Amino acid sequence: MPTLFDFSDYDRLIPLVTNSLIAGALLALVGGLIGVFVITRQLAFAVHGVSELSFAGAAVFLLFGLDVVLGSIVGSITAAIIIGTLGARVQERNSLVAVLMPFGLGIGILALSLYPGRAANKFGLLTGQIVTVDDPQVTWLIAISVSVLIAIAVFWRPLVFASLDSSVAVARGVKVDLIGWLFMILLGLVVAAAVQIIGALLVLSLLVTPAAAALRLSSSQFWVPVMSIGIAMISVVGGILLALGGGLPISPYVTTISFLFYLVARILTSKRFGIIGAGGRK
Amino acid sequence: MTLLKTTDASLSFGTRAIWDKLSFAVEKGEFIALIGANGTGKSTLLKAIIGVQGLDSGSIELEDGASISYIPQHRTEDSATPLKVKDLVRLGLDGHKPGLPLPTLAAKEKVTAALSSVQALELANESIGNLSGGEMQRVRVAQAMIGSPDLILADEPLSNLDLNQQLVVSELFEQQRKKTGAAVLFVTHDVNPIIDYVDKVLYLAPGGYRMGTTEEVMQSEVLSELYGADIDVVRNQGRIVVIGTHDHAHHPGEDWV
Repeated sequence: MPTLFDFSDYDRLIPLVTNSLIAGALLALVGGLIGVFVITRQLAFAVHGVSELSFAGAAVFLLFGLDVVLGSIVGSITAAIIIGTLGARVQERNSLVAVLMPFGLGIGILALSLYPGRAANKFGLLTGQIVTVDDPQVTWLIAISVSVLIAIAVFWRPLVFASLDSSVAVARGVKVDLIGWLFMILLGLVVAAAVQIIGALLVLSLLVTPAAAALRLSSSQFWVPVMSIGIAMISVVGGILLALGGGLPISPYVTTISFLFYLVARILTSKRFGIIGAGGRK
Repeated sequence: MTLLKTTDASLSFGTRAIWDKLSFAVEKGEFIALIGANGTGKSTLLKAIIGVQGLDSGSIELEDGASISYIPQHRTEDSATPLKVKDLVRLGLDGHKPGLPLPTLAAKEKVTAALSSVQALELANESIGNLSGGEMQRVRVAQAMIGSPDLILADEPLSNLDLNQQLVVSELFEQQRKKTGAAVLFVTHDVNPIIDYVDKVLYLAPGGYRMGTTEEVMQSEVLSELYGADIDVVRNQGRIVVIGTHDHAHHPGEDWV
């Protein structure tokens, strides 16, 4: 059995994961930020559906020898547009996602089974990479992250308005439907990026868990995104550094760290043990 | 000048007609009370005006460039919204514009003034989830007025308020109208708190509608005809009491129209 933590060759290993660290930090930044809107727009489950179709797209592109990240983006944007168009109401959306998810997984597994390459590449898309983020992937991630950050900054106020106070926003002239579409496309891009690092099955630990923890701790428009990004950053960068020694996938470390943050946030704000008092007046 | 005009607006849900050929106009600066029993489509009418509810036929026209603020009916699920009171009010000011909500002094002063006017300044840093129904209503009024809209659509803004707060909030609508020339379409079960301010009453009933001054509409004959039953409208010391509207078995409070 391999050891879970082993720091003996650390100085030699760090340079090998520079790409992973850059990619992870970028992903934590956009993932933690967009996660806040994922929760306020009640899209947590939809993220899972988008990531399975992203996996399918990546697997199909891999099979045909095309760019895996591009395949990932094609898959996730397709899913995001389907969910954004047909699943306006939460109940409809949930069943739609539950229908899309196994379909995407099935297509992806079929494509991977037909793919003649190494097995390690295959499971990377589902459960995350070890240290194999290459330069073209980092370029993709930087391009995606920068575009998403700019778009969110430009649309911040109407996006918050549409997400939290939809009918009042409509009256005030906000194009709520358009904002919803735009957000699904941004979400699709971030999911496609996250699938490369953490794997399709575990995307939620980066796009939902940090924001969920932050929203337990605060309702401030400033502190919720900052805390969410911080938790995502510690989870991903910490996960990569911890995974390095053991030679294991980074995803179990990332998912465990972000889960622990959520657990602590819940305990701190629980009615019985809480010291932050989520329900009552301060 | 006409701000809002509906022409033969008709809507039904399934076989149930909500309104049939509803035509009325709202002039600039007019204060209109929208009254009627439950199920006559008062809230639906506001939703149709802001555009989240379509019509079966007819049209609703708003003057070009006119801005609307909407005060939705209070719902308990709003309490899950992760937002502070001051940020919710600020959305009413510039939430429709692109960019980040930078903490400028001008915006802060406006939010402070809006919250002070509804006596809710001490709630500024509170989470929405911690507000009582009455507090939330007052915050909603501040959010609607901060943007100085041309038309304020208010869906039962007096619900959850005690009698004194009802009078305070009603007066705020009147002050806003005087200050900014805003028109007000005000859904209420009880015309009395706003009776001194109201220019016209739009009364929706299962069998039709009537629009006119309070004196014209709030008459025994008019309401009896609308409901197809004997209704008594009694005036006492400037207040109006309606006796005998029939659907009160479910909603005992509503005969106080």
